[in-house]
Amino acid sequence: MTASFAIIGLLTIAGATAAMSLRNLVHCALALTVAFAGLAALYLQLDAQFVGFAQILVYVGAVAILIVFAVLLTRSSETPGASRLTRAGIWGVAIAVVVFGLLTAMISSSPAVRHPAPPIPAATVRDIGNQLMTKYILPLEIIGLLLTAALIGAVIIAMPEKEAE
Amino acid sequence: MSNALDQIFVTLKHAIVAWFPASWQGLVSALITVAAIIAVFAGLFALTTILERKGLGRIQNRLGPNRVGPFGLLQPVADGLKAMTKEDIVPRAADHIVHFLAPLALVVPVFLALAVVPIGRNMAAIDIDAGLLFFFAVGAATELSVFMAGWSSRNKYSLLGAMRAIAQMISYEVPLILSAVTVVMMVGSLSPVKIVAAQAPDGWMPGWHLFTPWGFAGFLLFLTAATAESNRSPFDLPEGESEIIAGYYIEYSGFKFALFFLGEYIGLFAVSGLAITLFLGGWHAPFAFLEWVPSYAWFFGKLLGLIALFIWIRGTLPRLRMDQLMNFAWKFMLPMSLVNLVTAGVWHFMGAGVARWLVCGVLVAGPYFVLGRSLFEGQKLSKRTYRYAD
Repeated sequence: MTASFAIIGLLTIAGATAAMSLRNLVHCALALTVAFAGLAALYLQLDAQFVGFAQILVYVGAVAILIVFAVLLTRSSETPGASRLTRAGIWGVAIAVVVFGLLTAMISSSPAVRHPAPPIPAATVRDIGNQLMTKYILPLEIIGLLLTAALIGAVIIAMPEKEAE
Repeated sequence: MSNALDQIFVTLKHAIVAWFPASWQGLVSALITVAAIIAVFAGLFALTTILERKGLGRIQNRLGPNRVGPFGLLQPVADGLKAMTKEDIVPRAADHIVHFLAPLALVVPVFLALAVVPIGRNMAAIDIDAGLLFFFAVGAATELSVFMAGWSSRNKYSLLGAMRAIAQMISYEVPLILSAVTVVMMVGSLSPVKIVAAQAPDGWMPGWHLFTPWGFAGFLLFLTAATAESNRSPFDLPEGESEIIAGYYIEYSGFKFALFFLGEYIGLFAVSGLAITLFLGGWHAPFAFLEWVPSYAWFFGKLLGLIALFIWIRGTLPRLRMDQLMNFAWKFMLPMSLVNLVTAGVWHFMGAGVARWLVCGVLVAGPYFVLGRSLFEGQKLSKRTYRYAD
């Protein structure tokens, strides 16, 4: 574990924790953006340039804006005054800790961990592009079709309805 | 001789780095590069503010600033001192942390974006395979800072300005990226350094992408989208003075306001630098016999030329209306850039010759006229008549 991994990991976890626990919804959305950016930095640290930059472009650039606008347009930014420590919340934390402990114990005792990790293939942006255009052309086309359909659907929903005669 | 002059900054950096022990060299090299980028582009920002005010003044039949220093050239120094000594006012209802972070979240990504733009031969701060992707990724982060500024000020005008800015930036980001994709398709690489290398002059023939049908259309689309992306006139609705005062930075004063100003200009330099890299041959001279002029001189010459164009446009065109802005983005720019992608493909697969010039020219000009006409459909446009008091 290198120092940069520790810093990025801490930042990501801090962002995610803040996103869960802050009172103001817009603050939560902004904290979530920090977590997204931290994830992107982790990808970059693993030499996955394409995934890292795509993560920033899609999540920080688009999804965060979408979340922020959804929060802004659907409800007032008044913070609820209810107490944070509720019965359900305490139970939730307890269950989460137990599940995490169980999973950790299971994974660390499983034989799969003891196998040496296979060498990681170096995937440049060029390789990803070539694969997308040759081997994975069908999934790519299907996703393209799906997105186009979604786009047309959104336009139809947004179009002003013509008054019925 | 000319080669030594061309590489003078690179050799200088290597000489400085060589003084330090080996374990420090990586850090020192990075620091020198970062310091150079910040110093040069901040200096260019100071120069551009005075040029813009002077140029706009001349267009509007005024003199522009001419009191501080010879020809008013020291005006940026006075402005900077004024900005730094001004009181920093934060509204009581504002969200203090977000209000403080917003200008930083704007300035940092725009400077980061400059890192991948090659400003001369061997002079790209970071040369990575996915450089273009990096540029657009950090560019996308600026939208969030605009939102942070508009929301945290707790001001109706600033929130309206932020909404307008984000709607505009998202709409124009699509044609911006799509028109850049044509170049990526033709060069076959996302690396800005390789894109510049593909535009080297060939004897008397400039290799610029601008001089192809798809490159010409792509450049104009890119430039228009870049103007909108950097919120400059005629796309300056987010800060329209007569409508919403100053948009999302209405509640900023002193140096924070100056930071917004700086961020906007650096963003303009970055996107102009990318336009040069993609379409105007980067640091290459137009003709082979002009290659003796240092490469960075070509880059900054082209950059200043583009900035002059932006100032000229700002002084000439009136501001768009919101519906015109959106119609233009989705009904003209987007289809046009999609058609341009097809044009680039056709250009690639037809052999060299007059035929492909004709076909691609028609492929660019045809949709331009059809789409341009459709924008005016259903609008009763007539000549505006003025009546003056007798």
